[in-house]
Amino acid sequence: MDLGLNEQQELLKNAAREFLENECPESHVREMEEDERGYSPVLWGQMAEQGWQGLLIPEQYGGVGFDFLDLTVLLEEIGRALVPGPYMSTVLGGAVPIIEGGSEDQKNEFLPKIASGELIFTLALTEPSARFDEQGVQCAATVSGNDVTLNGTKLFVSDANVADYMVVAARTGKGVTLAIVAKDQPGVTVTQLQTIARDKQCEVVLKDAKGQLLGAEGAGWAILEPVIQKYTVAEAAYLVGLAQMDFEISVDYAKERVQFGRPIGSFQAIQHKCADMVTDVDGSRFITYKAAWCIASGQPAADTQMAVNMAKAWTSESTRRVVAHGQQIHGGIGFTKDYKIQLFYRRQKRAELAFGDADHHRELVAQQLGI
Amino acid sequence: MEFTFTPEEERFRHELRAFLAAQLPADWSERDFLGDVSRDEQRGVDDAVTRALAGKGWLALPWAKQYGGLGAGHVQQAIYTEETAYMRMPGGGGAGVASVGPSIQRFGSRAQQEQYLPRIAAGLDRWCTLTVEDDAGSDVAAMQTRAVRDGDEYVISGAKTWVSGAERATYGLLAARTDAKGAPQDGISTIIVPMDAPGVTVRPLDTLAGERDLSEVIFEDVRVPVQHMVGRENAGWYQMQTASDLERSGVGAISTAKANIERLVEAARDDDSLIGRNPSARYELADRWIEIQVGFNVSYRVPHLQAQGQQPDQEAHEAKLYGSELTQRVANTGMHLLGLAAQAAPGSRYAKLAGAFSQEYLRATAATVAGGTSEIQRNLIAQRGLGLPRD
Repeated sequence: MDLGLNEQQELLKNAAREFLENECPESHVREMEEDERGYSPVLWGQMAEQGWQGLLIPEQYGGVGFDFLDLTVLLEEIGRALVPGPYMSTVLGGAVPIIEGGSEDQKNEFLPKIASGELIFTLALTEPSARFDEQGVQCAATVSGNDVTLNGTKLFVSDANVADYMVVAARTGKGVTLAIVAKDQPGVTVTQLQTIARDKQCEVVLKDAKGQLLGAEGAGWAILEPVIQKYTVAEAAYLVGLAQMDFEISVDYAKERVQFGRPIGSFQAIQHKCADMVTDVDGSRFITYKAAWCIASGQPAADTQMAVNMAKAWTSESTRRVVAHGQQIHGGIGFTKDYKIQLFYRRQKRAELAFGDADHHRELVAQQLGI
Repeated sequence: MEFTFTPEEERFRHELRAFLAAQLPADWSERDFLGDVSRDEQRGVDDAVTRALAGKGWLALPWAKQYGGLGAGHVQQAIYTEETAYMRMPGGGGAGVASVGPSIQRFGSRAQQEQYLPRIAAGLDRWCTLTVEDDAGSDVAAMQTRAVRDGDEYVISGAKTWVSGAERATYGLLAARTDAKGAPQDGISTIIVPMDAPGVTVRPLDTLAGERDLSEVIFEDVRVPVQHMVGRENAGWYQMQTASDLERSGVGAISTAKANIERLVEAARDDDSLIGRNPSARYELADRWIEIQVGFNVSYRVPHLQAQGQQPDQEAHEAKLYGSELTQRVANTGMHLLGLAAQAAPGSRYAKLAGAFSQEYLRATAATVAGGTSEIQRNLIAQRGLGLPRD
């Protein structure tokens, strides 16, 4: 039992925190809310120089070859800094499916360019039905050799507005089938959605869009299962970092804000909220890392699946409790846009919903309990 | 990061499980949960288990070898807590091992150490701690029980309450006021009191779930030699505040919760109607299961940090807070799942799960009070841990 980080992870975490404090301050997060693209190519390039996009990519394909637990450490920092842009879309939605299901040619073609920051990817999984399961994939595909033709609408696709390629989940007579689809083609229409986190989620309409097969026809869901597991834990890790920072900001504020002639942090009503926040943040962190550890260390499939579902079920709600306390502690300025705490509140909801909210994962836990 | 235990820890866990299987009656944990154990049987099993633990050197597992222990590591101690709680093991070292022994080791005289510690480790003496008073609940330092020096003796008068295990204790470690001047914290001493000393009366308290482990202890001019004081006069409060280095994971609550949820999950699998009639209870069960896993992590973090030489205080309070509130949620979930029949007490032919959850529901009220209320835990987390200002 060792709940600490190893030396490499400590280095990664410290380097990421220092880098993001300098390069991704609050002002940058705000700027990107208004930006059409929603990310800074300069920051994107700096992240690639540090090997972040290629963290999980094996060295033979130009990556760093770290494991999923290491990525979890980095994602916690990314959540803490609310880093805007297509990092998770590209790494979890692009690199991971290609590592899991891509041909050698596809790995050679795409992975080095993902690692170098040249290519932005995203995963087009959900549809207007807003389901994260296999039955939710209804977008139509026809396969001819290595070519796939797609028709349908994918919804809540993150960063499709800036993606070079999308990994699209579609359905043929043989079942769920994946395709790598270039965005820049006549059959693809991308429309940005207005969301409360002001992130760049999109509607993607495919009309005879062309792509290349990723994995075998009908084998798409088997490839997606580990992708979804990792993406789910990645969102949980993002939430842990986000909630940790929201909590720290709130405690600092409680120490400084004076009402009735004393810091509000001296009132037990506020102290007890802070105590609940830290308990929730710590609980979230360890159950998330447990799931990441299951993935990274190759624990039995049933244990890993349960750990992933438990992590997202818990963090989805515990971090919502944390940011709600954060708002309450801040009082009136909490709901003004001038102050930073609301940035966390709005983004928590995005990640809470991504890859299944607590209800979704609780149902899966119940099924695995045999009830 | 590693969520498994070392081979030595796993070996210990297996040895302990085998020990418990051998020492406890086969259906012990089930019957004890159901309240289907007579007082005499409870005491008999308690005595036998305690003797057997002493025989293996496990009674004082965490103590240093020089005091009769095995010098077990913090994680190993937590495993011991986890497994014995899961099996609802009666007996064990109690307050003697958990608090009195460490206090005597740290502050007691050589003579006290030689006289008392081997007998605790051998299971020959049981101890209770005599600290809390009716008028000084969470405000422990406001205690009024007095120990007045009279020649070579202290004369003790007053009353302590919510004392665990007083009926069977040979000795109690009493915290009493030896100086009424100055701040309340500055006038407290700790004194060893033989429970059979003239003037000591133990009055068991009737508690909600009908258990009789708690007592009130009354002192009427009880005389003990001054050599019975542990440590320095009037330093007792600060001695008590010095956290012992024993594990503080609070994992026992999590382990008990796990056993209870497993019982409910099994009941729900066996009887479809439980969830069929009450689908939201199904999600509650799933939530409790998830919370138990969160709890194990939060608890095991504490011995993990201790093993690294740290003194996790905030973390220990988080674990206590979390575990005690989980205990109540589990009890509520049990009652929710069992529906109308949940209120039927053991003995009723209409009770489900033999009415055991009705008792668990009553017992659980103590979880967020005993050992420091949830409000005190939150205060300590906020003030000592997060550095928020005290009023």
